[in-house]
Amino acid sequence: MNAANKVLTVIQGVPHPRRVFVFAARVGYLLAALLLAACIAAGAQTATLVGKKAPEFTRTDFNGAKIHLSNFRGKVVLLDFWATWCASCQVEMPSFVQWQREYGPRGLQVIGISMDDDPASARKLSVKLKLNYPVVMGDENLGELYGGVLGLPLTYLIDGNGIVRSKFQGETDLKTIEKQLKALLDKH
Amino acid sequence: MKLSLIRTTGTIAVLAFLFAAHTQIHSQFGWGAPPPESAASIPSAQLLQPDELNRLLHASGANKPLVLQVGSHMLFAQAHIAGAEYAGSGSQPDGLNQLRTRVALLPRKTFIVLYCGCCPWSRCPNVGPAFKLLQDMGFTNVKVLYIANNLGSDWVDKGYPVERGQ
Repeated sequence: MNAANKVLTVIQGVPHPRRVFVFAARVGYLLAALLLAACIAAGAQTATLVGKKAPEFTRTDFNGAKIHLSNFRGKVVLLDFWATWCASCQVEMPSFVQWQREYGPRGLQVIGISMDDDPASARKLSVKLKLNYPVVMGDENLGELYGGVLGLPLTYLIDGNGIVRSKFQGETDLKTIEKQLKALLDKH
Repeated sequence: MKLSLIRTTGTIAVLAFLFAAHTQIHSQFGWGAPPPESAASIPSAQLLQPDELNRLLHASGANKPLVLQVGSHMLFAQAHIAGAEYAGSGSQPDGLNQLRTRVALLPRKTFIVLYCGCCPWSRCPNVGPAFKLLQDMGFTNVKVLYIANNLGSDWVDKGYPVERGQ
């Protein structure tokens, strides 16, 4: 039987019971693998800070003001970990400036945490980008408090009760962040 | 004769148009050769996947690479590949000097693996210049760890060996 005939037999003929069984088994394996992956993903999600109290920190910002995270209780906080060497961060930051202006009166507070090794370069870029929100320097201790900042950009949304509601790791569609931010502000 | 001339001219015009459009598309959308400082400029033959490096680190034998992190020190202090050394940020002149000093006395056949993991691969400003420096210094066995997103998701979360500290 040539290849064309084989194909015709498969298409036109009644499926062989053994073939049906093999097909069903494969689908079963696939579904089981998907279920296992979903469980692992759910486990990873619970291992993050989402749903937990945002770790408290106190730092001095670039203007010399003391920033205690707990002082922003009652506001929705967008916590932005960034660095001057992170091109994706610099794509996001102008939007954060705009959101601080637009949603600030509704209770939003953006806080920037620079993960640069050199504060001078972070300070310089903050001025250049005209950041209208407090920016503090981070370090490995603060990074570890927030689950390890092992790649940027990294953004957290914290609700008015100080609970972390969302984590955005890597390049994220800004509309997605804004949508969740607005949802939190609506509940605010 | 006249018809032939028109055909030839028309063909040349169409080819010129296609060439111009091709050039324009490449320059607009960045499909041309990437700049030398970009991670994308590193030949794919020089890339090493995380699982391959993990195997190398666990293998018995003498062919273990010297693993150098060429990104942010703050990220290095939080977590780095077990046994890796910090060698300076590849995007900074001071960082490249630190790397140059670290490898200056090594034989040029030394197996070196560079990595960063600060950002998505195409956005990493560090590995491209660091790789170029080692090439310019004559190193012939340099690989760059391909980290698609960041060190957290592509190394730490996979359970590969990690150390903390300076």
